[in-house]
Amino acid sequence: MYPFTYHQPDSVRQAASVAGKAEDAKFLAGGMTLLPTMKQRLASPANLIDLSKIGDLAGIEVKGRSVVIGAMTRHFDVANSKELQAAIPALADLAGMIGDPAVRNRGTIGGSLANNDPAADYPAAALALGATIITNKRKIEAEDYFTGLFETALEEGEIITKVSFPIPAKAGYEKFRNPASRYAIVGVFVAKRGSDVRVAVTGAGASGVFRATKIEAALTAKFSSKSLEGVKMPAEGLNTDIHADAEYRAHLITVMAKRATDKAK
Amino acid sequence: MTGTGIGAPVRRKEDFRFITGKGHYTDDINRPGQTHAVFVRSPHAHAAIRSIDASAALTSPGVLAVFTGDDLTADKVGGLICGWMIHSKDGTPMKAGGHPALAQGKVRYVGDHVAVVIAETHAQGREAAEKVKVDYEVLKPVVDMAEAIKPGAPVIHDVASDNTVYNWHLGDKAAADAAFAKAAHVTKLDIVNNRLVPNAMEPRAAVGDYDSGSDAFTLYTTSQNPHVARLVLSAFIGIAPEHKLRVIAPDVGGGFGSKIFIYAEETVCVWAAKKVGRPVKWTADRTEAFLADAHGRDHVTHAELAIDEKGKITGLRVHTKANLGAYLSTFASSVPTYLYAPLLSGQYDIPAIYAEVDGIYTTTAPVDAYRGAGRPEATFVVERLIEVAARETGVDPAQFRKKNFVRTFPHQTPVIMCYDAGDYDASLTKALEMADYKNVGKRKRESAKKGLLRGVGISAYIEACGIAPSAAVGSLGAGVGLWESAEVRVNPVGTVEILTGSHSHGQGHETTFAQLVSSRLGISIDNVSIVHGDTDKVQMGMGTYGSRSGAVGMSAISKALDKIETKAKKVAAYVLEASDKDIEFKDGKFSVKGTDKSIDFASVALQAYIAHKFSGQELEPGLKESAFWDPTNFTFPAGVHICELEIDPQTGVTRIDRWTAVDDFGEIINPMIVEGQVHGGIGQGIGQALHESAVYNESGQLVTASYMDYCMPRADDVPSYNVGMTQTRCPSNPLGIKGCGEAGAIAAPPAVINAITDALGHEDIAMPATPRAVWRAAQKSIGLKAAE
Repeated sequence: MYPFTYHQPDSVRQAASVAGKAEDAKFLAGGMTLLPTMKQRLASPANLIDLSKIGDLAGIEVKGRSVVIGAMTRHFDVANSKELQAAIPALADLAGMIGDPAVRNRGTIGGSLANNDPAADYPAAALALGATIITNKRKIEAEDYFTGLFETALEEGEIITKVSFPIPAKAGYEKFRNPASRYAIVGVFVAKRGSDVRVAVTGAGASGVFRATKIEAALTAKFSSKSLEGVKMPAEGLNTDIHADAEYRAHLITVMAKRATDKAK
Repeated sequence: MTGTGIGAPVRRKEDFRFITGKGHYTDDINRPGQTHAVFVRSPHAHAAIRSIDASAALTSPGVLAVFTGDDLTADKVGGLICGWMIHSKDGTPMKAGGHPALAQGKVRYVGDHVAVVIAETHAQGREAAEKVKVDYEVLKPVVDMAEAIKPGAPVIHDVASDNTVYNWHLGDKAAADAAFAKAAHVTKLDIVNNRLVPNAMEPRAAVGDYDSGSDAFTLYTTSQNPHVARLVLSAFIGIAPEHKLRVIAPDVGGGFGSKIFIYAEETVCVWAAKKVGRPVKWTADRTEAFLADAHGRDHVTHAELAIDEKGKITGLRVHTKANLGAYLSTFASSVPTYLYAPLLSGQYDIPAIYAEVDGIYTTTAPVDAYRGAGRPEATFVVERLIEVAARETGVDPAQFRKKNFVRTFPHQTPVIMCYDAGDYDASLTKALEMADYKNVGKRKRESAKKGLLRGVGISAYIEACGIAPSAAVGSLGAGVGLWESAEVRVNPVGTVEILTGSHSHGQGHETTFAQLVSSRLGISIDNVSIVHGDTDKVQMGMGTYGSRSGAVGMSAISKALDKIETKAKKVAAYVLEASDKDIEFKDGKFSVKGTDKSIDFASVALQAYIAHKFSGQELEPGLKESAFWDPTNFTFPAGVHICELEIDPQTGVTRIDRWTAVDDFGEIINPMIVEGQVHGGIGQGIGQALHESAVYNESGQLVTASYMDYCMPRADDVPSYNVGMTQTRCPSNPLGIKGCGEAGAIAAPPAVINAITDALGHEDIAMPATPRAVWRAAQKSIGLKAAE
């Protein structure tokens, strides 16, 4: 790890102010990706702004027809929230499938969404559920938020404060894990709200999370895994690595979509 | 009887220390004034070094020195060695290229050691290492063995212009060819044995220390065989004469073979300690472990089995290409030759065998022994061939094996080994029963109803352990003898210290060796301590590998205990005023035959040291004996493992449902520890079969250089094992022990692959059978079935 200056602001305003002044600053929201990268000397921010002491950034609240989750809420708390398990069980389920217990007790939803790892789980949920990413400056629709591999609509120094998820009629998440890292090789989140069915895929796309329109069309006709029999996803635009090639990933998208649909509640 | 003797499943004495974090590993050792070594490693698979500019590194904060290969040469420090001479079939000696501890003008794999920075702190060392400027002329890498031996391929070592270390062979070619000429059926198979990274939990580490007052070195290091390390560092590399070099291997967290070898980093640390006049420490990080630990396996084989019209095997022909990596590691040359081909007869009566092995250089990490070392590769070839041959000839695989088993002992195979004892039919019969083999068909139909493919695979393995009779290995090219030594020191209060040349790095010697003493002397294991891993405390010994510590190491202890008993009887005779011929020793008591006069072991120990009763007599005071044990044969553990699994054809995921292991390890010292060794071995074997693979890309970069891409088996990847035993005593050592450390890793891979190919309707599949590979094979086999 290279030397860096550590900051521990106690408000979002102060955090943004430090970020505005400090050169080459990174926010630390859990550090489950950032810290290992720094340890391997692959990242060397000059300033690290730890958001963990900002009191009002964590928590889960059901507000009308949405669930609002604070950016610094840990995966463990998302997975175990009784309110969330009742409102959007698929989202709680997803949080319980992230990483391992150590990661779930340190990593946060805001950190995951800001990092936008192409194999992370939350981006699939945000996109399929039509979430709104709320920052210290504005509200960004999930549809406009994910812009590429590790890239988002966030501007320099912009801080996610919470994420609002509309409550669906039914949703489910299933992922096929990379046997080595156990990140998603393919993760599929299906959500049905009224007649609107959205299906988002993580882990597979060469440019990160995306909506599987072919599967959405089939499920819109009838929300059942049987609708997906024979639905073949194209391999174009999907990743190939030593664990899975594009064709296998394409196949797994349909399989995981079926299983997510069967699980949906 | 104390209840802690041979056969008792007592808990491991060392576990409290390990589980509570009180172990004492090399990285726990810190010497006053200690500095830190950081290695500059090659980022290229193959390159000439034009120049090394260390000026910026030398002025970096905290840096004491930067050393390169020239500094080692100037100090007359020799290169690393390969200790086993193999001759090609034309009689020429193997072509061993130089293996400098720091590069001499060339690098040959990614991670090759180019220079070392010695700094006050590890962080300062890393900082400075990045400032060492190496001007490389990048050469074409040679990653694939088939490419390496093509005419015109880039030459890795000048001594081997065809990148071939040897073209070795074993067996009678004419006899094998004759068997194939007459065969009713020939089964042919192309087999890849995938390259593995050892991944011991504790990475390699070293602390080099030099005392100018006595002009003596101490090396603390993660070694499975500290005396061999001292011998090589002294006699071949030339660090210091043996009496001026102490090697200490404290608690070591796993080795699996990878810590047998004498590596560059440890060599440099001990040498540099004198250069900088301060202790030098290095602990590998996990990336260094992936890049620079000696890897395992990596064979490509074509194998053929000849069968007559009655279903009897008549011949076996094998041609293997073994990837030895960029340099010959300490025992690399022996692994794909004498640790491999002599096991190709398996458990079967095969009249004619001919094996050819080409050892090949590539620009990848050196390859050497890894749990099983050659024997898993041989078993994989034999058990895949047998399985396919049975299926091709329409015979049940279990029956096919039974028909061809060796049934009389001793059995001389056509490939060196003489099997001394075993009952292969008994193991298979018991395993089939434990696995409920007769109802597999029913379970397959139940799986099919759920859309899953169920398969069952048998592996009947044999290994040559208890390595090894010195004269035998010497005649095959080994540069050392493979006996073991022991010393038994009885203290005046009757407690016992065992000093052993074996080294425990997970095996549980502190418990099992003490159990032997407990049985022999009638004292509790709590009164026995085991001393190992220090060349200043323990006389010359050969270390732990090849499942040898029980069969060879404990035999040496047993022999020393014989001497203790003889002497103690003489002491007792003086005390009890009888002839030593009339003294009996039983249950910890010496008594005079036919009388009620007796004395216990602890009292005899005290009498031996106070020497009041035999002062001035021929008998010397004290109670301490040592022994060397040189085995007369290898030992031959064997058994049958049966794997039953389910495949989800939608995803290609394989789930192992049942695992039955029936092993014949001869006499068992501690059944709980033996079962643990079996579990661990199977876990590693399942890892090889389903998960693990070291992958280099075309430019020679190790793609799987972290756990993000190198897939280790996890607890939820392995089933609950059903372990049973059969027993035939080993006739070649006093304890009847055969060894158990490697069996699981040897047995498991073919059991898994035979089960997968059974589930897939005989569609072949390479290791590791990852979900993607299984899915592809399943599509093919489902497609074939649909077409039928």
